[in-house]
Amino acid sequence: MTTTAGTAAPAGTAAPAATDQDLLYSEVEDDLRASVRALLADRCPHTAVLARCEGDEPHDPALWSALAADLGAAGLAVPEERGGHGASWRETAVVMEELGRSAAPVPFLGSAVLAAAALLGCDPRRQEAAELLAGVASGTTAAALAVDFSTAPGAEFPCAVRADDAGALTGRVTAVADAPAAQVLLVPAIGPDGPGLYAVDAAGAGVSTAVPPALDLTRRIGHLDLDGAAGRLLAGPDRARAALERALLTGAGMLASEQLGLAEWCLEETVRHVRGRTQFGRPVGSFQALKHRLADLWLEVVSARAAARSAADALASNAPDADVAVAVAQSYCADVAVHAAEECVQLHGGIGMTWEHPAHLYLKRAKADQIALGTPGRHRARLAGLVGLPPV
Amino acid sequence: MTSNPTAVDAGELRRRVAEFLAGHDPAGTDRLEFLRARFDAGLAWVHYPVGLGGLGAPRTLQPLVDAEFAAAGAPDNDPRRNGIGLGMAAPTILAHGSEELKQRLLRPLWTGEEVWCQLFSEPGAGSDLAALATRAVPEKGPDGDGAGGTWVVDGQKVWTSSAHLARWAILIARTDPDLPKHRGITYFVCDMTDPGVEVRPLRQITGEAEFNEVFLTGVRIPDSHRLGAVGEGWRVAQTTLMNERVAIGGGPAPREGGMAGVVADAWRGRPEGRTPELHARLMRLWVEAEAQRLAAERLRQQLAAGGVGSEGAGMKLGFARLSQALSGLEVELLGAEGLEYDDWTMRRPDHVDFTGREAGYRYLRAKGNSIEGGTSEILRNIIAERVLGLPAEPRSDKDVPWKDLPR
Repeated sequence: MTTTAGTAAPAGTAAPAATDQDLLYSEVEDDLRASVRALLADRCPHTAVLARCEGDEPHDPALWSALAADLGAAGLAVPEERGGHGASWRETAVVMEELGRSAAPVPFLGSAVLAAAALLGCDPRRQEAAELLAGVASGTTAAALAVDFSTAPGAEFPCAVRADDAGALTGRVTAVADAPAAQVLLVPAIGPDGPGLYAVDAAGAGVSTAVPPALDLTRRIGHLDLDGAAGRLLAGPDRARAALERALLTGAGMLASEQLGLAEWCLEETVRHVRGRTQFGRPVGSFQALKHRLADLWLEVVSARAAARSAADALASNAPDADVAVAVAQSYCADVAVHAAEECVQLHGGIGMTWEHPAHLYLKRAKADQIALGTPGRHRARLAGLVGLPPV
Repeated sequence: MTSNPTAVDAGELRRRVAEFLAGHDPAGTDRLEFLRARFDAGLAWVHYPVGLGGLGAPRTLQPLVDAEFAAAGAPDNDPRRNGIGLGMAAPTILAHGSEELKQRLLRPLWTGEEVWCQLFSEPGAGSDLAALATRAVPEKGPDGDGAGGTWVVDGQKVWTSSAHLARWAILIARTDPDLPKHRGITYFVCDMTDPGVEVRPLRQITGEAEFNEVFLTGVRIPDSHRLGAVGEGWRVAQTTLMNERVAIGGGPAPREGGMAGVVADAWRGRPEGRTPELHARLMRLWVEAEAQRLAAERLRQQLAAGGVGSEGAGMKLGFARLSQALSGLEVELLGAEGLEYDDWTMRRPDHVDFTGREAGYRYLRAKGNSIEGGTSEILRNIIAERVLGLPAEPRSDKDVPWKDLPR
């Protein structure tokens, strides 16, 4: 899939930055964080995540229900009149941070972010879409957006799935995030009138989901084969393209907050370890060689937080330069998360290389996240067009 | 000057500025006369005490006063010319100086009539400033024992900006070599017109001389010019440095401000120099600069909300790394033109602009960003120890008398 380098800004000018962004956390957001963190501390210890990740059901349905439905996290960005809680992507980003901190095996990104954002782009008067959005927002339905997880914002509308006049879908979509946990698949397909977005029951006839071993043990992907699967039209040519683009942009922006939370955990855990670990008669954290690496990593996390907040705020306020904010945040935070996870493994020494230590859960999540919704290089290429810095 | 300082709020300050401007037409008044009168009206630094240029008002109200004066087209005190005086000397004099010293020094400091410099770093004491070797000895004489008398100072200081312009200096010198290094230091105000003070320009890699070496030979300092107790100089210097960090103000920095904007403009203006490799580096650095800008903006918002921003410690570290990487990229982007340099002539710039002159200068000047005001290595130690809570390196110099340390 190719990205189209943006052409919003004419060559020779930089896009102006939004000047009124709130980059801090509100009291409501702090309270939400405390609730989510308490739930995850109680229900999602690393031992449980490790024990589950090789089983038949790698995601945790009980935890998902507690988070999405009981705590209401799945409907934060959905207006109340459409079945959600009427908060915004800023609050959703705080949940993503906490999920990143705990490497929680729940389909939040697939359902509450990607699917919810796509459904928000559908015509609310279309009953099928409205009901599905309400189900996703309440946490009773888990949905997945059937695009290759490596797709970046700005990508061409996918044409791998075709819909016939009766809405029967045929085609193959690889690497769909959170597909194994989804009851409903949102499938972009080329219909008789052009691009459309269709709902397909994951357990319906003509749908098969192969679940390969995934690099990321805590967020599974599925390869979908659709062979005349019954699809219900959610958005036609007038809205499908924009709905998909908004979902990819929102997903990439929210993913930056997950990467921030992940990097934060890795930094804190590594600092804790090197303070306590003694070699050569002193804590290894007293050696400058390690202190300087951790100081540099801390500075990266500080900048990642600012970039992730900027993206969340831009998405929440529908800012005109949201695509710039997201490209900055995703290209920056993806690499910071990988760096943090790699430092976490290295500075834990041998223990960091073992299966029983959770560091590898974060490394695998971080590396997969770096590819997810566009690699840093793809986001930088898109950014070059958006801010008037053409490659040639 | 009879007002109750606690009653001075934003409204009262606006009223006083308006009243002052009504009596002192900015266009028709001599600049110095205007500034002196502003000081006397307590509108110089409003958080200072009444009679010393202030009104005992909250420090956060200063930007409001400055904005009112600027809006009226009033002359300012050109703070860039006297950064050491305003940022470091003044708060130290206020905290530790005698009443007589405050009355003598603060007004001409604020108006800019008297420029200040800082005699801290030495050839043998850079990152390890407390190892300094400049000696201050009480004058030998019938009743001379330092206290109440005169100190005689000998030594060499380095990297002193503005020394050639300065009327006064803040100076730290060793008064007791038998104590461990941090405990034998005393803080003074030094008269730069003393015949024992010699200032020599220190030429740097850019060709010019922003800084000086200062040689102190038998410099006489009255004990009344001591700030803080004998042996307390390190603590006094630390409180001053912390004071410097409190400053709040300024608005959000623009995207592509600073070196990122310089390089982005060079890219836009020179399509012939573009290569895929340079573009990849440009975009990485552009993103890092934008993330750093957002981090600085977030810190500004935290401080404005009354919070503490530990992020402050990292801003200079990130700034130095980025300015060096960006300025290096710019020289490469210029190709053959990057082989030239605008001017190696030795000169004394009256101010420094990191993004000024041409690409070669910017590249070379940026090398100083990771050294001046705390090296990047020291900043990493500070972050590791004070922010992350990592243990200090074992130290062999803390409890040893200064005179016994290897040098």
